Amino acid sequence: MPFIKGSEAIAESFKREGVKHIFGITGGAIMIVYDALLEHEKSGEINNILCRHEQTAAHAAEGYARACGKVGVCMATSGPGATNLVTGIADAWMDSSPIVAFTGQVPTSLIGGDAFQEADIIGITMPIVKTNFQIRRVKDIPTIIKMAFQIARSGRPGPVLVDLPKDIQINEDEVYFLEGELDIPGYTPNIKGHPLQIKRAAEALLRAERPLIISGGGIVHSEASPELVELVEMLGIPVVTTYMSKGTIPENHPYCLGVVGMHGRMCANLNINQADLILAAGMRFDDRITGKLDTFLPTSKIIHIDIDSAEIGKNVEVDYPIVGDAKTVLRQLIEALKTMIAGGSNGEKRTAWQNRVKEMREACDCLDEYEPVTPIKPQYLMKEINSILDDDTVVVTGVGRNQAWAAHYLERMNPRTFICSGGLGTMGFGFPASLGAKVAKPDSWVIDVDGDGSFLMTCQDLATSVVENIPITVVILDDRSLGMVRQWQSLFFEKRYVETDLGNVPDFVKLAEAYGLEGIRIENPSELGPALRKAKNADQTVIIDVVIDRDENILPMVPAGGRTDQPIPCKPWPRRYNK
Amino acid sequence: MTSSIEEKENETKEGVHLIAFVVEDRPGVMARVTGLIRRRNFNITQISVARTHIENYTRMTFVVQGDSRTLEQVIKQLRKQVEVLKVSELKPETSVARELALVKVRSTDITARNEIIQYINIFRGTIIDVSPSSLICEVTGDSKKIDAFLKLLGPFGIIEVARTGTTALVRGAEASPKIPETPYIEYT
Repeated sequence: MPFIKGSEAIAESFKREGVKHIFGITGGAIMIVYDALLEHEKSGEINNILCRHEQTAAHAAEGYARACGKVGVCMATSGPGATNLVTGIADAWMDSSPIVAFTGQVPTSLIGGDAFQEADIIGITMPIVKTNFQIRRVKDIPTIIKMAFQIARSGRPGPVLVDLPKDIQINEDEVYFLEGELDIPGYTPNIKGHPLQIKRAAEALLRAERPLIISGGGIVHSEASPELVELVEMLGIPVVTTYMSKGTIPENHPYCLGVVGMHGRMCANLNINQADLILAAGMRFDDRITGKLDTFLPTSKIIHIDIDSAEIGKNVEVDYPIVGDAKTVLRQLIEALKTMIAGGSNGEKRTAWQNRVKEMREACDCLDEYEPVTPIKPQYLMKEINSILDDDTVVVTGVGRNQAWAAHYLERMNPRTFICSGGLGTMGFGFPASLGAKVAKPDSWVIDVDGDGSFLMTCQDLATSVVENIPITVVILDDRSLGMVRQWQSLFFEKRYVETDLGNVPDFVKLAEAYGLEGIRIENPSELGPALRKAKNADQTVIIDVVIDRDENILPMVPAGGRTDQPIPCKPWPRRYNK
Repeated sequence: MTSSIEEKENETKEGVHLIAFVVEDRPGVMARVTGLIRRRNFNITQISVARTHIENYTRMTFVVQGDSRTLEQVIKQLRKQVEVLKVSELKPETSVARELALVKVRSTDITARNEIIQYINIFRGTIIDVSPSSLICEVTGDSKKIDAFLKLLGPFGIIEVARTGTTALVRGAEASPKIPETPYIEYT
C-alpha cells in the first residue's frame, strides 16, 4: 500500500467494514473525511445521510443497528458536534446497541489548549462506551477502526467512539489494511456456557413445577429467538419479555405473557413471583423490571444467562450463573435437556401452572373493551394500529406513556420489530430511530408511535426524512402534556400538575406542511383506520396527530420502588390470581 | 450448617481487599479505570501504579473497601475494560504486600535525633537525608507497620510524609495476574 491520506484510509476502512450508511453532520474538523467519502458516495458504495442535529444522527445509527443487527455509524465534527452525540451514545450504551461514532477533533498539536471547537470527547464518553480511541498516527487508522467495529458488534454489543484529530485526516503515511478478525488481548467475550453449569441448569429446569423465562435484549442481539421458542415448546415454559426483547417470541404464542415490569401486563407481573424457577436470558434485572428488589422473586431459584459476567450477581443473587452468548447457551441447554428427557416425558407436573398462566393470559386480552369514543382512548388507538401492522412492520416509540401503551398492546411477532429507548429512556428517540430503522429495512413499514413531548425534541429532522427520502409514519399521541409525568402527578402528587402542560402548540399539520409533508389531525376515532392506511401506503412521511384523552392513565402500573406483583391494576382482577 | 451461615456472614462483611491487575500502557488508561471506580460507586483507598518488566504493560494495585459483592463487581467491571488484561484478588494469607513511606521529621536536639534513629533501626528504615534540624527516612512495610511508625515519630514533629499505595505479589512461583501471551497490538 502506498502513502495515502488519513481521510482516504478512513474511507477505505469504512468500506472494508461494510459500512453502507453514515448518519452525520459535517463541520470544520470532520469535513476532510466527508471529502474523501465523496467518491464512494458517487459510486453508490456509501450513502451519507445528512441529519439536522447530531443527536438525531446517533439515534438513527442506533435505530439502524437495532432494526438490522449491523453496526450503525454516526459521524460529527469536534466540540459541539461531538457533545451533541452524547445522548445518543448513552442510549446505545444502556440498550447495548452496536454503533460506532466518529468525531472530528482539533489537530493533535492543539489538543489540550482549549482550541476553537475542542471538547474532550474521549473523557466525556468514557463512562458510556465499551471503549473509545483517539487516533494519533495515520498508520494506526486501519487497526483502530477494525478494533472499533469488532468491539462494537461482538460480545455484549455497545457503542464505541473513534476521535479523529484533523491532522490525522490530512497527513499521509504508509498504511496497511488487515484482513480477518483481530486478536485483542484484553477483549475475549465468553461465548459457550460452562458444561457443568448447563447440566445443573437443565436439571433445575426439569425439576421445576412453575418455571418462567424472562427473555431480554440479549436474545435479540444474539439472534436466539428460534432457540427460545424451541425451549419454550419443549418444556412448556411461559415467557415474559422486557421492552428490549418484545417480539423475541411471537406475542400470539400461548406461552408468551408479554412485557413485564413497571407497565407490564398483569398476566406477566402477577406470575413472576409465583414461579419456582426463573430462567433469565440476556437481561440485566433493571429496576423497571424488578421493582423493589427484596420483594422480587422471593422464593424462586434463578438461572441467569448473560454474555457480560458483570451483569450476573449485579442486582440479584443468582443460583445458576451461566456466562455466555444467549443463542449458544440456549442451544446447549436444549441439547442437554433432549438427552435427559429421552427416558420419558416429565411435563405433567407443570400442567397446573401452564393452565393458570394460559387462563390469565386470556383474561389480559382486553383491547376489545375499548370503544371508539371521543376524545380517543389511547388503547383504542393501539387497537387500530394493531389491526394494520404487518409482521415485518418496525414499530419505534418515543419515551413515556406512548411507549408503555405501545409495548403493552401492540402485538409483535418477530425480534427487531419493536424498538424503543429502554434503559436511558430518551425522549426524542422515536423519530430519528425510525429514520435509521427505515434505512435498515427499506421494504418494511416503519411507524413511530410517539408522544407530542417526545416528538418535539427531535422533529427538526423531518427535513432529513424529506431530503434523504426516508418515508416513515409518525403517529403522535397528542395529549398536549408530558403525559407520563402528568400521570405520576395525578396518582402520587395530588394532581399538582407542575410543568407538564405543553400548551396548545404546535399545529402538527402545519408543521408537516412546512416540510412539504402531509399532516392529518384526528379527533374522531372513525378516521383513524383510513389515516393509518393512507400513511402506510404513502411514499413520503406522514404525521398523524391523534388527539387523545389526556386523563387516561397507562395501567397497570407498579409505582417506583413498589412490588412488581402488586401493580395498580387496569381493572379489578379476581382475587385468586393474586396467589 | 453453622459453617455455611458463617460463610454467608463473611461474604457480606465490609472489608479491605487488594486487587492487582495488568493493563496495556496506553494514554488515558488510568482515567479509564479510576473513572470506572467512581461511577460505579466503589470506594478505593490506595492506588499504586508502575510499569512492569515487560514493555507496554503496567501493573496497578488497588485497595478496595467494601463487601465481597462489591469486590466481585469491581473485578468484573475492571475486566470489561479493553486495556485491562488480567485482574486478580491478592489475599493477605497468600501474598506479600508492601508500602513505602518517606518521612521528614524534626530533629532539633541530639537526644531527639538519637531516639528517632533508634526507631528507624527498629523498623528497619534508612535515613536518606539529614539537615541540622530535620531528617528524612524511608520505611517499607504493610500499612499497619507504617501507621505504627508514624505514630511513634509523631511527638518529634513530623514535617511531611509521602506514602505510596500498597503494592503486592502473590507468594510462590506463579505470577498473578499473569500477562497473557496474546501479542500487544501496536497503536498509540
